[in-house]
Amino acid sequence: MKSSVIKSTVIFLSLFFLYFPILVLIFYSFNENKRVMVWKGFSLRWYNELFNNEQIIEAFIISIKIAALSATFATILGVMIGYSLVRIRKIPFKSFYIFLSSTPLVLPELILGLSMLLFFISLNNVIGFPSSRGQLTIFISHVTFCIAFVAIIIQARLTDFNKNIEEAAMDLGYNYTKVLYKITLPIILPSIIAGWLLAFTISLDDLVVASFTTGPGANTLPIVVFSKVRLGLSPEVNALSAILMFALVIIGLFYFYFNKKFKH
Amino acid sequence: MKNKLFEKYFVFSPYFWLVLFFFIPLAIIFKISISVSEWGMPPYQDIFLFEDGFKINTTFENYVYIFSDYYYIGSFVNSLILALISTFFCLLIGFPLAFYIATSNTRLRNILLVLVVIPFWSSFLLRVYAWKIILQNNGILNVILLNLGITSEPLQLLYNQYAVIMGIVYTYLPLMILPLYGYLNKFDLNLIEASKDLGLNRFKTFFKVILPLSVPGIVAGSLLVFIPVVGEFIIPEMLGGSDRLYYGKILWEEFFVNRNWPGASALAFSGIIILVLPIVIFQILYSRWSQKNEI
Repeated sequence: MKSSVIKSTVIFLSLFFLYFPILVLIFYSFNENKRVMVWKGFSLRWYNELFNNEQIIEAFIISIKIAALSATFATILGVMIGYSLVRIRKIPFKSFYIFLSSTPLVLPELILGLSMLLFFISLNNVIGFPSSRGQLTIFISHVTFCIAFVAIIIQARLTDFNKNIEEAAMDLGYNYTKVLYKITLPIILPSIIAGWLLAFTISLDDLVVASFTTGPGANTLPIVVFSKVRLGLSPEVNALSAILMFALVIIGLFYFYFNKKFKH
Repeated sequence: MKNKLFEKYFVFSPYFWLVLFFFIPLAIIFKISISVSEWGMPPYQDIFLFEDGFKINTTFENYVYIFSDYYYIGSFVNSLILALISTFFCLLIGFPLAFYIATSNTRLRNILLVLVVIPFWSSFLLRVYAWKIILQNNGILNVILLNLGITSEPLQLLYNQYAVIMGIVYTYLPLMILPLYGYLNKFDLNLIEASKDLGLNRFKTFFKVILPLSVPGIVAGSLLVFIPVVGEFIIPEMLGGSDRLYYGKILWEEFFVNRNWPGASALAFSGIIILVLPIVIFQILYSRWSQKNEI
């Protein structure tokens, strides 16, 4: 009896801690007052201003574009890595391969961002490309660190699933490529979608690496938001938060659905 | 023959991408960190000179410079302490929750897991921003404290190291809970019953049975929190004040404000060697070891 009381209390307090700040943020987004913290009355004023704020809308479109493209590339390459690590025995310099595909997971973003920026500058000095930084350089950087996240999901799923299915198909006369496209990929498809969704949100959420590799015409949403809230509060950002939280939570639920689907 | 070609394509496409866009950038950081700095653009000299014959032009000045100045070492130590404290609090809050999630029935477990993951999926920057609202002088926490009579005037809760710790524990908590849950979920709950039957009290059961079995989860969760926190830049920038300088901030300023590229690169490369390399080597050895033992 007593331990179940402790259990409920712990769960309640932890969830309260996790959700309280998000609820506060959403609550104040409906505040009429320009001063965020002084409640004046319920209003959708800031949502209206948000949708008329061209800078934020433009940044949002750029961010979505970069996130969708880099998630797609990262998923293709990440699936290849996951597949290679589990199914292909001969990988030259395998430790180096593992190093390359897992280090971005633990490398602080700041170091990654700095290395990408210095790389692009050096590359430009040597071959004259990329002449300026912008959406392309953010895209390349995002693909690079999202690959690792996709690879780890695919690797886990391929390790889980029974290799006999693939071998049976081969015994029945399917060749290597046909097994991959007809058997393996369809089976791990939910994980591939989950990997894409994860890469998409990581790219959409990234501020540090994008700040290093950005250039003219490539202010992503986090860069714009950060410049608005670095020194103070902004009622428009509150409204944006509420919308973005809602959208990302939906994506998160989809991720959860696809990632779990395989296990059952 | 066809299979070979196909395998090569699968292995080498990502190999090529990662060598070009991940390994070479790291090598460039190292290269610039051992270059001689100078005024100009770019603000360092080439490491290979061809003027009067071939000459290698490298220096360890930049490393000597950052390792002999308390400004840099102190900030790095500050970051390590910050990461240690934050990891401790994440563990303190995360462990009981992970334990109760793992010991719940399937239905409740799935609901709780989704509830823990949801904040993690919502925007990182905006979750930090939320704390800025809560901790304002006229923010909701101060209002509560004033009304309860705990304090007679608003407290300065924002822009100090405690606000930074608060923000970090909040944003990194799911990263601690998920691996902990992963390991706790694997172990046999009957062990707890068994130890109780054998006469161990709750306290002893925890320290002799539950804790030792969850060590791998604790290590995994702690690493996932500790390493990124050492390099954290955004949270101290939004919630912190001038009372403490951290590694992320001085790295940023060394590059963008002081324009000292070799110095910033030396800082970054030292970070890689001290923080990241030991873990990566451990990971590779561990994955090779477990592969050998399973096959």
